[in-house]
Amino acid sequence: MDFSFSEEQTLLRNMVQSFVQDNYDFDSRMKIIRSEEGWSRDNWKQFGELGLLAAPFPEALGGLDGGPIETMIIMEEFGRGLVTEPYIPTVVLCGGILNRHGSDAQKEEHLPSLLTGDKVWALGYAEPQSRFNLADVQCSAKKDGDDYVLNGAKAVVVGGPWADMLIISARLSGEQRDQDGIGLFVIDKSAAGVSAQDYPTVDGGRASEIVLENVRVSSSALIGDAKTGFAILEEAVDYGIGALCGEAIGQMKCLHDATVEYCKTRKQFGVPIGSFQVLQHRMVDMFMEYEQSVSMTYMVNMKLGEARDARVKSASGAKVQIGKSGRFVGQQAVQLHGGMGMTEELNVGHYFKRLTMIDTLFGNVDHHLRRFAANA
Amino acid sequence: MDVEFTAEDQAFRAEVRQFIEENYPAHLVGKDRAELTRDDFLAWHKILHTKGWVAPSWPTQYGGTGWTVTQRYIFGEESARFGTIPPLPFGVQMLGPVIYSFGNDAQKKWVLPGILSAENWWCQGYSEPGAGSDLASLKTRAVKDGDHYVVNGHKIWTTLAQHADWMFCLVRTAADGKRQEGISFLLIDMQTPGITVRPIITIDGGHEVNEVFLEDVRVPAENLVGEENKGWTIAKFLLGNERSGIAGVARSKKAISRLKDICRSEKMDGAPLLETVDFGRKIAELEIDLTALEYTELRTLAAESKGQGPGPESSILKIKGTEIQQRITELTMEAVGTYAAPWTPKLDRGDNYFAIGPDYAEGVAQDYFNMRKTSIYGGSNEIQRNIIAKMVLGL
Repeated sequence: MDFSFSEEQTLLRNMVQSFVQDNYDFDSRMKIIRSEEGWSRDNWKQFGELGLLAAPFPEALGGLDGGPIETMIIMEEFGRGLVTEPYIPTVVLCGGILNRHGSDAQKEEHLPSLLTGDKVWALGYAEPQSRFNLADVQCSAKKDGDDYVLNGAKAVVVGGPWADMLIISARLSGEQRDQDGIGLFVIDKSAAGVSAQDYPTVDGGRASEIVLENVRVSSSALIGDAKTGFAILEEAVDYGIGALCGEAIGQMKCLHDATVEYCKTRKQFGVPIGSFQVLQHRMVDMFMEYEQSVSMTYMVNMKLGEARDARVKSASGAKVQIGKSGRFVGQQAVQLHGGMGMTEELNVGHYFKRLTMIDTLFGNVDHHLRRFAANA
Repeated sequence: MDVEFTAEDQAFRAEVRQFIEENYPAHLVGKDRAELTRDDFLAWHKILHTKGWVAPSWPTQYGGTGWTVTQRYIFGEESARFGTIPPLPFGVQMLGPVIYSFGNDAQKKWVLPGILSAENWWCQGYSEPGAGSDLASLKTRAVKDGDHYVVNGHKIWTTLAQHADWMFCLVRTAADGKRQEGISFLLIDMQTPGITVRPIITIDGGHEVNEVFLEDVRVPAENLVGEENKGWTIAKFLLGNERSGIAGVARSKKAISRLKDICRSEKMDGAPLLETVDFGRKIAELEIDLTALEYTELRTLAAESKGQGPGPESSILKIKGTEIQQRITELTMEAVGTYAAPWTPKLDRGDNYFAIGPDYAEGVAQDYFNMRKTSIYGGSNEIQRNIIAKMVLGL
């Protein structure tokens, strides 16, 4: 048993850390999210040059042969910097799907430009009515000669405004909530019939409502088949959860550190407020929530490659943990900072908002409690 | 023991309800707080003033209604049920009682009518960057110069100061002795040279609070309320009034009813969220908590009707009331699922604004973020627990 990081992994962390320190201090981050585009294409290019976009892919494809632990390390450091660029949608979700389940032709066509940062991807899986059920798919894909024709709507596609390419879940057969009959399609966002309404999200990111109207793709755009589509999607989302957990523990650590530091320096009644036992215990509780979240984050990222049952329990268990802990740590960090925690100009509120969004992404606490229980 | 209202009380309730329904400005119905203009804030206040109902808790000689404690409660409940924009608390609830209890005749004569008519908008100059929970450590100084005070300092979290005509302000007039003994209570015209109001944008994207900088602000000495260096007594008196009505039971009932409506529309796998075991149970817990708080408040009210003023137990109302308000916004955000994500603060809306997702999802995350303030302001919930520990439990 060994919970230490390898030398390569430590080097990777140091590299991401120095990128964030040099390019992603709080003021720079606020400039980026308030800009017209809401992200930095320059940063994205740098991720490509640094090899971060290639980290989890095999060497044969130009990757660095990393796995979920490397992704977790990157996301933890991105989390500390509140990095808004779409690493999870592009690399973890879409890149992961292509890498694990794409045909050789699909990999050759799409992965090189993804790894260099030339193309950005987003995954359209949720629909206006679907809440967190990945199988609730109304968007339809009908066979027409050698092509498929897609019609439907995709909701809250994170990173949608920046994406060049999309992977969309669409129903090939079966009823609205059947797990069977879902296909995953690669779609060029500039294709005829694709339209998007772009908007900011509460955490400073951007998302799109995407509508597909008679979007025609060739049959080579289908990843896997109607039998495997749901399994591929579900697995991708579990990998997304592993990465998101990494991000969340980075943010919880920052909030905890900031809160302890503030309570040591903020004086009321002639003493630092950190000398009050009630606040000490609160910070201890925050610390324990953080530590438990770290444990679950390591656990899930070690188990993502296992068979479905083990993977599902790990991913849902970890998502419940970071959902609950993230809420507690975020709320208490704001509370202990008092009025300052409520202001837009302090980073505390921004971590709190991102952690709030993280609970909603890929299904909230209730959803994953049910999923865990159903697979127990 | 019974909790029935008398026939007179029920008739009174009907009268209040009818008056609100017939007179509340149509353009304010359902308007979000963040969208309110200065005139919007004052519109209902002015109508209530004409009716003579703007300051129910004041003695009749100063413009109060002469209602019983129960009638005041009913009025509050009906107002919340309808969702009125209540008169701002700074004048009616906070400063008014200070002036008729501590002010001189001249002050009563100009301040009280100005509050009732809404001619003067007041803001509260209490907190400072270094004086939050520990208010008595405030540093804003007022130095006597002939028949004026010259005020220098920095106030923060000043709610709606951007609209205010006047500020009631705690200032330090003596530096030696016990900290509490060098504080005075001053009325300051916001138009006086030397005052700068700087907005603070909060994490929900709203602009409700401000910093107020005071630089060599000359305030006529006649604007001192009570005696010099005796302001702490007034400050504490005012904070006691600030807590009354903070339970917000009727407004929480309304918010829960909205939450339940959302959970009827919002479907999970085709079934209304309200009918799912998890969510139904969470709402049930919330309603039970609120019922307990309602009866706790009614018990306080009954004691008050018998002349026992609200004691330190009122801290329970603040703590539980704000915890419930926060929980409601948290569950409302959860209820809308994925569509909690869009960010649509009123301040940022450009010409191209369009709604994302169902109407009921709009702004729910912002509400959740905004309500985090309630366990911080008005004496943080930690401070309220200290009050109970010390004053009620004798610890």
